[in-house]
Amino acid sequence: MDTNILFIFILSIFVGIEVISKVPSMLHTPLMSGTNAIHGIILFGGILVLADATTTLAQALGFVAVVFGSANVFGGFMVTDRMLQMFKKKK
Amino acid sequence: MSSTTSLILIGVAVLFILGIKFLSSPKTARQGNLVAAAGMLVGLIILCNRDGSNVWSHGWSFNYTLIVIATIIGLIIGAIGAYSVKMTAMPQMVALFNGLGGGAAALVASLEFIKNAHPVEIAGIALPVTHETSAAFTIPMLFATLIGSLSFSGSIIAYLKLEGKFEKPMTFPGQNILNGLIGLVIIGLAGWLTFNATGGNAITAFIVMAGLALFFGVAMVMPIGGADMPVVISLLNSFTGLAVAADGFAINNTAMIVAGTLVGSSGTLLTLLMCKAMNRPVSNVLFGAFGSSGSAQAGAAGVVGTVKPIQADEVALLLAYAQRVVVVPGYGMAVAQAQHSVRELTEELGKRGVEVQFAIHPVAGRMPGHMNVLLAEANVPYDQLIEMEQINPSMDRVDVCLVIGANDVVNPAAREDKSSPIYGMPIIDADHCKTCIVMKRSMAAGFAGIENHLFYKDNTRMLFGDAKASLNGLVAAVKAS
Repeated sequence: MDTNILFIFILSIFVGIEVISKVPSMLHTPLMSGTNAIHGIILFGGILVLADATTTLAQALGFVAVVFGSANVFGGFMVTDRMLQMFKKKK
Repeated sequence: MSSTTSLILIGVAVLFILGIKFLSSPKTARQGNLVAAAGMLVGLIILCNRDGSNVWSHGWSFNYTLIVIATIIGLIIGAIGAYSVKMTAMPQMVALFNGLGGGAAALVASLEFIKNAHPVEIAGIALPVTHETSAAFTIPMLFATLIGSLSFSGSIIAYLKLEGKFEKPMTFPGQNILNGLIGLVIIGLAGWLTFNATGGNAITAFIVMAGLALFFGVAMVMPIGGADMPVVISLLNSFTGLAVAADGFAINNTAMIVAGTLVGSSGTLLTLLMCKAMNRPVSNVLFGAFGSSGSAQAGAAGVVGTVKPIQADEVALLLAYAQRVVVVPGYGMAVAQAQHSVRELTEELGKRGVEVQFAIHPVAGRMPGHMNVLLAEANVPYDQLIEMEQINPSMDRVDVCLVIGANDVVNPAAREDKSSPIYGMPIIDADHCKTCIVMKRSMAAGFAGIENHLFYKDNTRMLFGDAKASLNGLVAAVKAS
């Protein structure tokens, strides 16, 4: 395995902790929802395995994976946006 | 992968990091979400196969038609869910989306694993293994399958619990031991598979392992009470992130590793922050079976005093001639859809020169920050929302404290009663104000199933009835006085 990838992995752990360390509790729900949308990137994985699928079983399971991933990523970003638009400045 | 693609990929990673960064400040939160979404779109366009060629540059085949159809179906499901869900049901929606992500992560890993585990044999003659079966590939696949399956089934149970299905903890003797044994079998199978990743036996073992992981997700969440579901969802959210990162390792996709790991680590910190707000260690949440019937009775023992009801007219007078009023909103307010009536009441009081503030407990609602979303929806001005730590020191200078549908977060048992299951949890000191009005439908216990000592205090009055109807009555009475 490429050790550069491990390097990226370790750095990402610390970046993830660092960027949210000062989040006020009122933003916990939108933040959870927003990060939930970001792991919808699994859609990429679904697309890659479905593109390579050779058997009907693989196509069926890959299809389900893409539906799931797509719902996760699109629904996640949309629901977060809906939540956050309520925080806009009033008056 | 061309160097241009690599450079764009760095930009995508930066967009994800900035997105999360912006999400953690109220002023930039909405842009943060859009920045992350933009990163996702760019990542999708430059998506590369394992061999480094762009996935969209291959000739069109039936599989691509399937990809487009599946993506559109997911988009429609996601959009309907996102735009039809009520703000009070937001935690369930997050749980559901998280479960779908976990399921997808498990499916992707399973497909990769089974494809590579296929017995390489033609007419009884074993062929040399030419595909990837090294531990560096197998371990991330197994990890993503296990964690993804667990996150999928666990999130579904969390969703059902928040919807009110079997929200009481389900426990039986030896539960933790049984769960531990299942965990050991799973780890054993995973260990065996790491070194025996090909052939028919491997596929059988793999399916058994994935099935056990699904069951483990159910068994892990079932004993946890509904009140602790936010912590569980946050934890499963970070689990899904890690499963996605592991998938990224196995199919060699850097964007997935970065995004998944960011979610995994920030989600873990968020889980710990939530537990800190409830003053409970995370192990207690996961294995403590909170809110079982035994502890509820223990909490009732220390109650002294009587419940004193009050009429709406009297409350209106108290409010209209007060100098400072603090509203403590709880999930009950949101369930009664009373946010707008609350805002009307506070505006009416504001016109009369009464200083009105909202005291927000970190875990008010069903998730930390949930109450802010609900009040923002009702156009309550942002600067009236005061966090618990800021408002508590001045609670003894408050004339009237209006507790609307909140229960456990104002229970003084958390300070006074060592035997109470919520002892030590930080609370809003509603009992310190001059008069405390509790609006409540009935005398039923709160979500944690504990008797509330506040209701029996000398300076507490109970205004029974539906929160929305009571508030509308108060608005009219304040206007008239």
